[in-house]
Amino acid sequence: MARRGASAQTGRTAKTGLERGHRVKTVLYRIAAGLLATTVLAGAAKADVKVGVLQSLSGTMAISEVTVKNAEMMAIDQINAAGGVMGQKLVPVVEDGASDPAIFSQKATKLVQSDGVVTVFGGWTSASRKAMLPVFQRLKSLLWYPVQFEGNECSPNIMYSGAQPNQQIVPALTWAEGKGYKSYFLIGSDYVFPRTANLILKKHIAKDKLSVVGEEYVPLGGTDFSAVIAKIQAAKPAIIFSTLNGDSNVSFFKQMSAAGLPPTKLPVMSFSIGEQEAQAMGPSLVKDSYAGWNYFQSEPGQANQKFVAAYQAKFGKGAAVTDPMVHGYLDVYVWKAAVEKAKSFDVDKVRATAVGLAVPSPMGVVKFAANQSLYQPALVGKLDPKGQFIIEWQSQGQIAPDPYDPVAFPGKVCKLH
Amino acid sequence: MGELALVVGQVFNSFSVASLFVLAALGLALSFGLMRVINMAHGEMLMLGGYLAYLTFLVIPGPLAIFVAMPVAFVGTALVGALLEMTIIRRLSARPLDTLLATWGVSLILQQGARNIFGAIGVGVTAPAWLNRTLAISSGPLEGLTFPATRIFIIIVAIMVLGALSLLLAKTRIGLLVRAVNQDREMAAASGINVRLVDLAVFSLGTGIAGLAGVVLALLGPVTPNVGQSYIVPAFLVVILGGLGSLVGTTMASVLAGLVSALSQIFVDVSFSQVLVLLFVVIFLQFRPQGVIAVRSRSLDG
Repeated sequence: MARRGASAQTGRTAKTGLERGHRVKTVLYRIAAGLLATTVLAGAAKADVKVGVLQSLSGTMAISEVTVKNAEMMAIDQINAAGGVMGQKLVPVVEDGASDPAIFSQKATKLVQSDGVVTVFGGWTSASRKAMLPVFQRLKSLLWYPVQFEGNECSPNIMYSGAQPNQQIVPALTWAEGKGYKSYFLIGSDYVFPRTANLILKKHIAKDKLSVVGEEYVPLGGTDFSAVIAKIQAAKPAIIFSTLNGDSNVSFFKQMSAAGLPPTKLPVMSFSIGEQEAQAMGPSLVKDSYAGWNYFQSEPGQANQKFVAAYQAKFGKGAAVTDPMVHGYLDVYVWKAAVEKAKSFDVDKVRATAVGLAVPSPMGVVKFAANQSLYQPALVGKLDPKGQFIIEWQSQGQIAPDPYDPVAFPGKVCKLH
Repeated sequence: MGELALVVGQVFNSFSVASLFVLAALGLALSFGLMRVINMAHGEMLMLGGYLAYLTFLVIPGPLAIFVAMPVAFVGTALVGALLEMTIIRRLSARPLDTLLATWGVSLILQQGARNIFGAIGVGVTAPAWLNRTLAISSGPLEGLTFPATRIFIIIVAIMVLGALSLLLAKTRIGLLVRAVNQDREMAAASGINVRLVDLAVFSLGTGIAGLAGVVLALLGPVTPNVGQSYIVPAFLVVILGGLGSLVGTTMASVLAGLVSALSQIFVDVSFSQVLVLLFVVIFLQFRPQGVIAVRSRSLDG
């Protein structure tokens, strides 16, 4: 015998006025909810597009990456203030990679799968990029990677705006050879970028008939350089090429100074020290050392001055601006330009459209090549006592990017479009 | 620079590394060894010392500011340690695993606090100019060998801190009380010693020494919110290797670890030498689990 309350479920007509009224109310509520949901969803679909920003906000790499996040966020804010992308506002979802590649991989998955971002800007260490690569390939999303690295990678799911070895490391070696340095000591943090960079350097140095008098690696975040410095003193190099990353730089320069070998006595060419790291370490510590990048804050040009002024207005008058920050910033703008030209957020359409698309940036007009890396110039600068770079040398125009160094990895080609 | 000079240089470096270990570990030896309190926030006391040095250098410029920074850091971190002891450690003294967890939480809070106040990037602390010189040997079989004044200074500071601490423990009344409490806590309490006050004094002293160490470590390493994490593992290693409750043991263990680390780096790279140090500690503890110096005391847990 069916109970009263069950009558609605069996579909039989309501017996009493109370039940009838209850059924009508339920139906009306359901129609109202459906209408509301459709309008809200439709409104949401028009109103915001999520993009991911994934950098180390803590840990040994925070010294370098927090400001890259700031630059990427500034680009997003500027774009939103100008009306967004295709009329839709960008909603940044910021995550902390905590200087740990495993966490980068985890957060990348979270951003693409759970948060549903259409693209991600981020990464710094090659270890973090290698950890994120399978995530982006598996989930068919797109990562914009703003930092100089060792090349040797050709993924359709990453836009490599940071310098390839032939746009930073090799030109710096060319500059050093031009200055007459004949013996090189290579020192780096112990992970894929320094090891591969040093491999490329060794091959080039051997080819040019010069000598490598030492090659030492220190764990990422390591602070004890006593033995390494003893080896440097024993080897007596003309110049040190350093691919140390993060806090190790601070220990290295302090202990070199303590040992009587400041950069004024033994030249050091660093590939991970920008204006900001110099400021944080204390410019007196790294004064007169060299660095190779594609951009320096001190470089001339209207676009650069505007960018630096805007950044300093937002983050403080003395804020330093570095090469990876500019790459992070221009990545957002190139993505926007590609989306607007392709009229779609679809990853394959965006990457195809980004190739060859000329976009103005603080470092001039840039475009991506068919191998999804950026055409850009190489610069060598020397640090002054205020932590800014005096530009010592510049390449003739922009260098076409090549992920596979022809001397170290002959015969390999990256063809993505 | 010949072979002999390289080896002698590395022996000097092993003492320099040992002095860094000793300074980092001494405070922990006091709290872990004497009080059996596992203080996971010890690394952050080192960090705090570094930041206090930075603040002192901002207020008092000049070459002798470091001699002001050291007592400031000592007192500052001792106060923080006293606060920590009174609020958390005291209440959890019977539960060592909970102390570990609680102090781990404190360490995270202190790291994030440093990040919020000073920024995630770290601050610049540089050695004064009079320390930035080297003692160079320019002739004879040790030609080319240089001894950085900063490292010599740190070794001297380590020896002085050790000396002061031993004198305190051996010759003063408070040292007598500490030794009594360490030997037999219940008997000491029964003979009228205020055990809680002694605990507070020992813990604050330990953290104060860590702060002092932080100032000196800032001369050779970074001052960032997570610098404490680089020192806490070697500190624990050295305390356990040396034998719980023995300051002499901690010192000897630091020298041993420094020797293994620096001398192995003549032949292998830094990453592998760290593996060798850990292997050495493991094998040593297999043969002598109580550490370098076994403390003979009548306390129940040996």
